[in-house]
Amino acid sequence: MSAKRINLTLKVWRQSAGEIIGSLKTYSASDISTDMSFLEMLDVVNENLIKNGEDPIAFDHDCREGICGMCGSVVNGRAHGHESNTTLCQLHMRHFSDGDTIVIEPWRAKPFKVIKDLVVDRSALDELIQAGGFISVNAGGAPDANAIPIARETAEAAFNAAACIGCGACIAACPNASAMLFVGAKVSHLSLLPQGKPEAKKRARQMVRKMKELGFGNCSNEAECEAECPKGISIREIARLNREFIKAEFS
Amino acid sequence: MTLDAKIPGGPLAQKWDRHRFELKLVNPANKKKFDIIVVGTGLAGASAAATLAELGYNVKNFCIQDSPRRAHSIAAQGGINAAKNYSNDGDSVWRLFYDTVKGGDFRAREANVYRLAQLSCNIIDHCVAQGIPFARDYGGLLDNRSFGGAQVSRTFYARGQTGQQLLLGAYSSLMRQAASGRVKIFPRRELMDLVVINGQARGIVVRNLINGQLESHDAHAVVLATGGYGNVFCLSTNAMSSNASAIFRAYQKGACLANPCFTQIHPTCIPVHGTYQSKLTLMSESLRNDGRVWVPKQPGDKRSADSIPEEQRDYYLEKKYPSFGNLVPRDVASRNAKEQCDLGKGVGETGLAVYLDFTDAIKRDGRDVVSSKYGNLFDMYEKITGDNPYETPMMIYPAVHYTMGGLWVDYNLMSTIDGLFVLGEANFSDHGANRLGASALMQGLADGYFIIPYTIGGYLAGTRFPAVDAGHEEFKNCEASVHQKTARLLKIKGKRTASDFHRELGLIMWDYCGMSRNETGLSKALGMIRKLKQEYWENVNIPGTGDEFNQSLERAGRVADFFEFGELMIVDALHRKESCGCHFNTAYQTEENEAKRDDENFAYVAAWEYAGSGSDPILHKEPLIFENVKLSQRSYK
Ligand SMILES: Cc1cc2nc3c(=O)[nH]c(=O)nc-3n(C[C@H](O)[C@H](O)[C@H](O)COP(=O)(O)OP(=O)(O)OC[C@H]3O[C@@H](n4cnc5c(N)ncnc54)[C@H](O)[C@@H]3O)c2cc1C
Ligand code: SF4
Ligand code: FES
Repeated sequence: MSAKRINLTLKVWRQSAGEIIGSLKTYSASDISTDMSFLEMLDVVNENLIKNGEDPIAFDHDCREGICGMCGSVVNGRAHGHESNTTLCQLHMRHFSDGDTIVIEPWRAKPFKVIKDLVVDRSALDELIQAGGFISVNAGGAPDANAIPIARETAEAAFNAAACIGCGACIAACPNASAMLFVGAKVSHLSLLPQGKPEAKKRARQMVRKMKELGFGNCSNEAECEAECPKGISIREIARLNREFIKAEFS
Repeated sequence: MTLDAKIPGGPLAQKWDRHRFELKLVNPANKKKFDIIVVGTGLAGASAAATLAELGYNVKNFCIQDSPRRAHSIAAQGGINAAKNYSNDGDSVWRLFYDTVKGGDFRAREANVYRLAQLSCNIIDHCVAQGIPFARDYGGLLDNRSFGGAQVSRTFYARGQTGQQLLLGAYSSLMRQAASGRVKIFPRRELMDLVVINGQARGIVVRNLINGQLESHDAHAVVLATGGYGNVFCLSTNAMSSNASAIFRAYQKGACLANPCFTQIHPTCIPVHGTYQSKLTLMSESLRNDGRVWVPKQPGDKRSADSIPEEQRDYYLEKKYPSFGNLVPRDVASRNAKEQCDLGKGVGETGLAVYLDFTDAIKRDGRDVVSSKYGNLFDMYEKITGDNPYETPMMIYPAVHYTMGGLWVDYNLMSTIDGLFVLGEANFSDHGANRLGASALMQGLADGYFIIPYTIGGYLAGTRFPAVDAGHEEFKNCEASVHQKTARLLKIKGKRTASDFHRELGLIMWDYCGMSRNETGLSKALGMIRKLKQEYWENVNIPGTGDEFNQSLERAGRVADFFEFGELMIVDALHRKESCGCHFNTAYQTEENEAKRDDENFAYVAAWEYAGSGSDPILHKEPLIFENVKLSQRSYK
């Protein structure tokens, strides 16, 4: 691979605080190496803004390797941008062309309030997990790790669901701001494993109830969530959640 | 100050049991009367906070990120060690203990390491019970892989996302306790000061990162689990918010910092490719199980990898270390990569890279098998570099990865400040001068799930606590000094950004206090850092104010501490006139270019006490006494 240099126009959502009305502002990003990540491109823009005495663009990020779930913005209308299975921090500028205009906006969903610019409050996701996204076991009492064999396929299926990074893209992408993919992923991960079965019904019931309470919308099978999920979480997890939920409601 | 490690008496294998019996217990009904602050929600912090709450304590848990689940531990890839001996290949608690002490080049405490090896098995049991989807074999039992520095297969893993899965396990336990009300979570908070009253750690002052406001929190004990300080080097595999500030504040309040110069450079990272770069990405060391490291035999050979015939390739690790081959410990692998590049045999555009080649593994096992083991790592590599490792060999180069140094703690994980406990990468405890792969996750979780719950009880039960709350004048003093420092930073309005300074500092550290060091370089670096630090306080430009969401201010505060920390690392490196593990001083090496220890004069932990700004720190030595292992020259031949 060899790096090229490109020039871009950015239209970025600027909102100085939650209660203040925001708007899109235009910036130019020049001499951007195609080897840069999207966030490194924003770093370069920010360094220039600071040097010119302007307020840099606020955006969340931490690991910058696609695993912490902290980053995420809507880029040209797509959550985490147009590359599939990719978080914003892992989107590289080689996927853009010289002269492109890029619109960058925060996650928009009722339960996610804007804190500043592209930074939103996702604490509702922690609340969802608190409602039942765990196995009730205290440190100290566990049996030997190999006491319960788990078929490899089962462990793999549980893993596929457990790979969710809690970024919230599925919710931002959903026209109803439903959190079904996020909740489905957790419910599936735990209820597939023998350790998680005893609490499976309760978990599904409580997490779904919490989701409604927090103002997340209903799922109307748009499948936008699956398309935008950077970790390839499948809508099969939603089907599994529905099954668990039905079992819980009718037993 | 005298350092008392409080190592229990008796034979090594019985020390922990005996100690647990001797520790005072807090009556179950009284536990809820104790408030404990845990700073950090990584493996160490989240496991500690959850477990302390399970026991009935009142816990307040803080982190920088917007959710505890995002702590830097999430990024760990390769795996976690445990002496389960499920592979039936000769592992035991003793062997894990021995490998760790030897891997650390005999600069760790025997008793701590032995306890760690003992607890390793409990960790795996607990994690499986939490629902962590570890890799399994076709019979449904847990699978293991090998990691550097070990000849047995003892590493448990969850694809290439072991840290993520372990952290989500700890996080789920934490969320369960948050739901029960026994833990209160404070995300988007940064520790700004530690509050010490009557010699006891009694609280912290944090900045609420959303609105910039300072908040004071009181407690009976404070637990720091704030991670490592690798970002002193600017470019590292650490997350962007990883910092030295939390432990540096504790140091300034009287906690000794131990072995700060012991930093680990990981051999398999994606090479640096531009000045704008914000971080380096690790390619898990597990890749060395199947990847073969090589460079062209001929210096300056610029042909592409596939046009260099087999006989013109130098598989230098396999050649030099026939019994460990590509699986030598990290420090050895890193230094050898640097050596090859220094000889002009490096590859890629910058010449600062070596190949990690999977061609043979793919031929032997098939693409599917390789992909099932490393698929996500290969994808990540391709995303970042645009190259496909199934077709062309990866290019790798060492990068700063882990810090073995940290706050000094005794056997109870308590620092030199009463009531201040330190867990995980933030303490110095178990890895000596070099950490073996898959041992940090093990240590963080041992500290949090299985050690602190006992030792903090012993402290709380045996201590008298004068009534103190956040209205105490010392909290006000701390808040005032934080305000003052912030105001001073914001007022400078110079010409350079904090990131710009950070990058320059990082380069100095990398060049002079990195993979190899010498006295001239270190002394030069000390001067350079002091000069740069002075410029920082005159010329940094921080936009915005202190009363709002201000990421530039966050960064600037951390960079200010990286300067101080970098200085201390160099002072430590200068004083240690030997080589050991990752501290490789070119003046002290064996004929085979391995680190040459001086056990007579340096078999001790160097614990530095803060002596005020502008004064030289005071060195305290904790002698390391080896009663169970024989000190030997490490050899991986
Ligand atoms: C890319 C990578 C891969 C790795 N792979 C492995 C592996 O395979 N096996 C292995 O054993 N080890 C591995 N390690 C090392 C291991 O991940 C870390 O050492 C370990 O996770 C550290 O855990 P911790 O809990 O001590 O700290 P961290 O996970 O770093 O957590 C620190 C916590 O403290 C909080 N914090 C920090 N500063 C402040 C402050 N000032 N105020 C408030 N809160 C603060 C943070 O918000 C965070 O919650 C890897 C490391 C990296 C970088
Ligand atoms: S399901 Fe996918 S998009 Fe939704 S939070 Fe998890 S990783 Fe993000
Ligand atoms: S910054 Fe962690 S996933 Fe993007």
